[in-house]
Amino acid sequence: MELVNVFIKAAFIENLVLSYFLGMCSFLAVSKTLKTAFGLGLAVIFVLVVTMPINWLISTYLLDEGGVLGMDLTFLRFILFIAVIASMVQLVEMVIEKYSPSLYNSLGIFLPLITVNCAILGGSLFMVAREYTFAESIAFGAGGGFGWFLAIVALAAIREKIKYSNVPAPLRGLGMAFLLTGLMGMAFLSLLGIDPASF
Amino acid sequence: MAETTIEKKEPIFAFGKKERKLLTDPLNDNNPITVQVLGICSALAVTTLLFPSIIISIAVIFVCAFSNLFTSLLRKSIPKQVRMIVQLVIIATLVTVVELTLKALDYPTYKQLSVFIGLIITNCIVMGRLEAFAMANSPWKSFLDGVGNGVGYGVILIAVAFFREVFGKGTFLAGTPFEVKIIGPNSEYLINTMADGSWFSWYQNNNLMVLPAAAMFLIAIMIWIHRAWNPKLVDIS
Repeated sequence: MELVNVFIKAAFIENLVLSYFLGMCSFLAVSKTLKTAFGLGLAVIFVLVVTMPINWLISTYLLDEGGVLGMDLTFLRFILFIAVIASMVQLVEMVIEKYSPSLYNSLGIFLPLITVNCAILGGSLFMVAREYTFAESIAFGAGGGFGWFLAIVALAAIREKIKYSNVPAPLRGLGMAFLLTGLMGMAFLSLLGIDPASF
Repeated sequence: MAETTIEKKEPIFAFGKKERKLLTDPLNDNNPITVQVLGICSALAVTTLLFPSIIISIAVIFVCAFSNLFTSLLRKSIPKQVRMIVQLVIIATLVTVVELTLKALDYPTYKQLSVFIGLIITNCIVMGRLEAFAMANSPWKSFLDGVGNGVGYGVILIAVAFFREVFGKGTFLAGTPFEVKIIGPNSEYLINTMADGSWFSWYQNNNLMVLPAAAMFLIAIMIWIHRAWNPKLVDIS
């Protein structure tokens, strides 16, 4: 029950993009067409679910004072986390390339981009700051990834439609994407009142 | 580049027209936020108050400038396949320096910024400048480019934070010794909306400004103004 709670909270109430602005760069750059947005969203979910437990293990058993080494190595956190993410993304890329070339081709350039997606590193740092347990960290990764996926697919769908509208020239493209993200963020705010624990 | 084909030995620390352009270009034609759309991720959540935004801006200028400098110094010895990881390690080291410095100097602000200092690592503007500029230019030029982009980023961030703090909370630089309480419902503020016969009795703080969405709207308005004033930036597609 606790896990469902964490999942729903991460996916809807504290959505990584819409309330923390994480992963904004690729969120705005890749949301021009629905198809690519869909692929990137799935890849982000996958990477989040995989890196989160690995980073949890590293942070608890290696960097913490009570870990295997018995030293407080938290100052190495950033470097190790980003190294895990970069190598995980590389690994995922190789596996997909080997076993499913068609998916690899459709994702193409977006896979390496995930390394610098703030949502991934941000997720790991939130996990440490909020002191999640191992299972909770997986649920948080899945929830955060799902929320990110939902947001980018929604924005891409709106942007595909808004192409046919008569937007003032200086606001076209980027400006409109910002406005839409703001409005979506406000819409998601209405979920704030939901308390998943009461279900 | 077209005017001279003979290679001249350039002094290492030249500061001519070209170098000045490196500093001013990111402020207008090539602004990291409103034109390149890089680096919005990590810092917009901190812009509810002016002071943390200034801290983040300084941190980004520092990280951007020095990671550009170090990458440029190492650019000839970094193998192409692993350049991402090398760049990330350089950035992560610098960000760790910033984090520990802030932790030592100003612990309350450090606590308040929490994960957002760490997120400078994945700030796309730092990575983007390393890829686009530092890997192909001399150290001094890269350093200037880093400073320019950091400042271009900081200016937007501080502008957003200014509007959000003044209209959302009615204060200016809250949390510092220079705090000015501008407008609010009691006598601590310069303009007291609850005073008898006050001209501002209608005034209320705009709660929208405190929400994350306000930052998006403010940036959208900035993009609008910037592109209306500089029409060559308009998105044609």
